[in-house]
This record gives sequence, structure tokens and C-alpha cells, in this order.
Amino acid sequence: MAEGLTWNVYDANTMTQADIYGDVLCMLGEKNERIVGLSADLAKSTKIGKFAQKYPDRFFNVGIAEQNLFGMAAGLALSGLVPFVSTMAVFTTMRAAEQVRTDICYQNLDVKIIATHGGISFGQAGTTHHCTEDIAIMRSLANMTVVVPADGIECANAVMSCVEHPGPVYIRIGRGFEPACYDDDQYGFTIGRSVEITPGTDITLICCGITVLQAREAAQILERNDGISVRVINMHTIKPLDTEAVLRAVNETRRIITFEDHTIYGGLGSAVAEVIAESGKACAFTRVGIPDCYSVVGYPEDLYNFYKLDADGIVEKVREVMGRDFEEAESWEDGF
Amino acid sequence: MPLTEQELNQLQRHANQLRRDILDVTYWAGGAHVGGSLSIVEILVILYYTFMNIDPRKPEMEDRDRLVLSKGHAGAALAPLLSRRGFFDFESLKSFNKFKSAFGMHLDKHKVIGLDASTGSLGHGLPMAVGLALGARLQGKSWRTYCLLGDGECNEGTVWEAAMAAAHYKVTNLTTIIDRNKFMLDGSTEEVMALEPLADKWRAFGFLVKEVNGHSYPELYETIQAANTEKGAPVVIIAHTVKGKGVDFMENDVRWHYGGLDSDMLEKAKQKLAGEA
Repeated sequence: MAEGLTWNVYDANTMTQADIYGDVLCMLGEKNERIVGLSADLAKSTKIGKFAQKYPDRFFNVGIAEQNLFGMAAGLALSGLVPFVSTMAVFTTMRAAEQVRTDICYQNLDVKIIATHGGISFGQAGTTHHCTEDIAIMRSLANMTVVVPADGIECANAVMSCVEHPGPVYIRIGRGFEPACYDDDQYGFTIGRSVEITPGTDITLICCGITVLQAREAAQILERNDGISVRVINMHTIKPLDTEAVLRAVNETRRIITFEDHTIYGGLGSAVAEVIAESGKACAFTRVGIPDCYSVVGYPEDLYNFYKLDADGIVEKVREVMGRDFEEAESWEDGF
Repeated sequence: MPLTEQELNQLQRHANQLRRDILDVTYWAGGAHVGGSLSIVEILVILYYTFMNIDPRKPEMEDRDRLVLSKGHAGAALAPLLSRRGFFDFESLKSFNKFKSAFGMHLDKHKVIGLDASTGSLGHGLPMAVGLALGARLQGKSWRTYCLLGDGECNEGTVWEAAMAAAHYKVTNLTTIIDRNKFMLDGSTEEVMALEPLADKWRAFGFLVKEVNGHSYPELYETIQAANTEKGAPVVIIAHTVKGKGVDFMENDVRWHYGGLDSDMLEKAKQKLAGEA
């Protein structure tokens, strides 16, 4: 992590993930001339426009042509530059999926993708602009690193870190109105290493993106009202996954729930499930996310509530899992 | 200054050699995109032997010119050419398509020395080439990017997205060449999905269009030279070629878009080449 970034100076509640990303990119651009920016008629919405204003010569708005956007980014990277590309998650991972896979990942190029409007964060826009499949798609691409920051501050950390992280990186953020989870950036962000938000022994909530803050709030409610000790893990990097943190949770809490603004197929929940299954250890486990459907329309807050991804929903899900008939740890034959 | 008689003869020898190599690779590989490889022989030869600033001893040389073979299925032409140009041992091509070989139908830049971009999926080359050229310009580099497209490939929307961008950004350190051999896998380009009027399409997208006989070195030489000095707008060269050029039973026969050769057929095909030369 680079020195000199103090996010206290920002009112993090009014600065969105995308706002902070725009500022960080400007700062990086100042230090590193190899950084260039690209967007596809979404420079304003994705805030990469801040970089464009500061470095007009190093910014390419290719118009509404996402496949060319990622193909050109691959070419710029082949020429020795470090392109940061921003457009909506849905167009990045589906319209331009083959360019991301074949041009960027296959050639293992230094292209950094900041995909906005991930999940159902663009609630009112409906399914065409939602993106509840991107983590699954990006996770399946060899060479790709997948990061889902919890808030603007973590987004800043991720953007700072990804420059030093060789190869393609996919950073998935929301629309930009998500509340802050962190007060400052000094909490030890490292790509590939999860962050324990609250310690706990009864159950572990493994979260990414907007659900991290909600889980933290849910943990407080559950501790206070139900006496449940809840561990909350911010699994900001989906690939490579912090498998040790998952295994510790299996061994120490025996109950795990994953929460993500993404389909329950192929994303964080699936990644965690794979680790649990391969560990050979049993564990009460539930994935919470968007079920096998296209999301209803509405304001994001209402949607998060509807899909049990806000604090209320998380509390409900935890009580459900805690109420399950489940063996006590002592009765396990392998006795760890 | 036009090509001298001696230079022409030299280029012709390279072309003859490359055609024989393509047939050998097709034989070793058990099959290759032989028709569309034979059609680009003169284009590749004149680029790699006359125009491109490259050094086989320094394949990663920063200031080298780049080629993006957008019609990546013509790897059976580019791989032997890179080898003959000195990037790697020709014998290694005998492993073509074999288990764990560095050479497959579509070439991988991480495995093939001298290759500037991994291609194969059609419509991906021109966007990358535009990015490469813009990258060079941005870094104040004088190296040039060449992009070789197939004609059938021009069905892909991304070709036109990239064309729009190349004209918008006035990318003139890029020379785009289309192998207009008039066939694609399923038949003639005009029957499958009509491209004509192809030159008008490129003009409408802001390109200067030059049309040449893609097997004529003097024409290619003069036209590429002119394209490389054009500063007003990006240039596309529509090179009219013959699919399967040089082997009469392959010429303009769509069955030889992709095919294999046994040793008898290989000899027969090589005799056709010898007859031509």
C-alpha cells in the first residue's frame, strides 16, 4: 500500500466508491506515466472521467463499443502501458467477455478493470443493467484476480494495490451510493488475504462488497439480543480465495453463511463451498445471494432487504442457521 | 525507389520457400488453414523482409515493429515465416499441433518467439492493433503496427468498432491490410454474407483505401510504403488475393480453407509450386 493516502480528509459518507476510485486513479496517474484510462461512454458514471479531465491525452473514450474497449486495452498493454478500464460490470463480463478472456487473460496482460454497477446496485435499471453473474464469470478465467471491495476506502486500497499486482485484475464496485464500512484505509489490505471485521465463535459470516457493513451491523444486533458470537469476514478477494480463513471458520465456528450481491451460483458462496467440501470437514453452511432468477426492480436498499442482504435479512438468516439441529463440536469424531 | 530486380528475385525466393513450408507444416500438423495461409504469403514476406524493423536476436526489442495477425488461423504461414526469418529453429515446426507443442492452429505469443499477439478469435486483431498503435504514439515511439485481417473476418462487428476508433483517433502509425481472397469457411464471401462494396464501407468509416494485387511485390511495395507515410487518415490496403495461391487444385476451392495432406498429396502440391516458379 502506498503511503500518504489519508481518507479521513474525505467525508466518506458523501464520497462514493467510484468517486474515491477516480481520485486514486488521478493520484496514481501522477506517479506513473504508464497508466492510461479507457471507458465506453460511461466516463461520467464510472468516475474515470476525473482521470480523463486531468490527463486528457492518456484517456480514451471509445464510445459505446465495449468489445473494442477491451481489445484496445489489450493492445495498449502490449505496447507497455497499464490500462485502467471502466464500464459497467454487465458489459465488461458479458458483452466483452471474450475480449477479457482471450485478449487480456490469455495473454496475461496488465489490464486493470474497474467494473461499476455490480450486482443489483443499479436497482431501478432492471436486469439489463444488473450484473449478478460477473464474479462467477471472472473467477473462471485463468490469470484473473477478482476483488470485490466493501466500500470506497477499500476500493481505493484495491486500486492502489492492483498496480503492483501483475496481470489482469477485476475490481467490482457498486453504483456508488454504498455507505462506508471503514473509517480509514489503515487496516491492512492485501489482495488475497481476507479481513476479520469482528471476532466470533458461534458462526462465521463470509461477505464481500456491500454485505460486509450489513453483516457487521447484524453481528452487533445478534450479540446484543441473542448472545450469539458472530465472526464477520470481509472476503474482498474472491480469487485467489483466502482458503485458510475459510478453514479456520469451519474448524472454529462450525457454521458459515456467505452473503453476496450476486447469484448464489458460482460466486463467493460457491468459492467458499468448494473449500469446505474439499476440506472433508462438515459444517452448517448456507449461501445467501440472488437466487436463480433475475432481480426485481426497485431502489437498491429495497432490493437488498428483499434478498436478505441487509442487516435485517442477515440477522434472520443467522437465527435460521443457529436454530438448525447441529452436532456439537465435541461430538465430532476427528475431534479438532 | 522501387524494388530492384535483385530484391524482387530474393522476395520471390522467400515466397516460394514459404509456400513449401506451409505445405510441410500442413503435412506435419495433420491439417491446417492452408488456403488462407497460401493467400497471404507475399504480404507476410514483404512485411517481414522489407518493411518491418525487427531483430531475430532480440525478439522483444522495444522499438520493433509489430504485426497483429488478426486472421489468426493463418498460423501455418506465420510460424514458418518467423522461423525462416531467424526467430527459431525450423525443425521445431515438425511438432505442429502435437501434444504440448509450442505451435497450434492459432499461435500463442507466450510460446512462439517473434509473435507479437496471440490471435485466433476473429475480429480481435484490429482492436488490439489500434491499442498498440495508440500506445506507441502516446509513448512517443516511432515503431509501427501492422494488422492483417481476413476478408470473411470483416463480418465481425468489432472490426468496425475498431475502424471507427482508428479514424476517430487518427491512428496513422498503423497499416491495416485485408487479405481479400473472397472465401470464408462456408463459401464465397458474397454468398455467405456480402462484403461488397467493401472499399466504400472502409471509406465511410474514415479510412483511405488502397486496392492492390496481393501477390504482386511491386504493387504491395509501393502501396505499403505510401500507407506508412500517410498522415491524414488511417489506411487500409485491400489486397486482392487467391485463396490457395500457388497450388492449382487448392486455388479458389473452399474445401481447402482447412485441409490435410498425405505424403502423395504433399509431393503433388509441391510439384505445382515448382511448376509455378
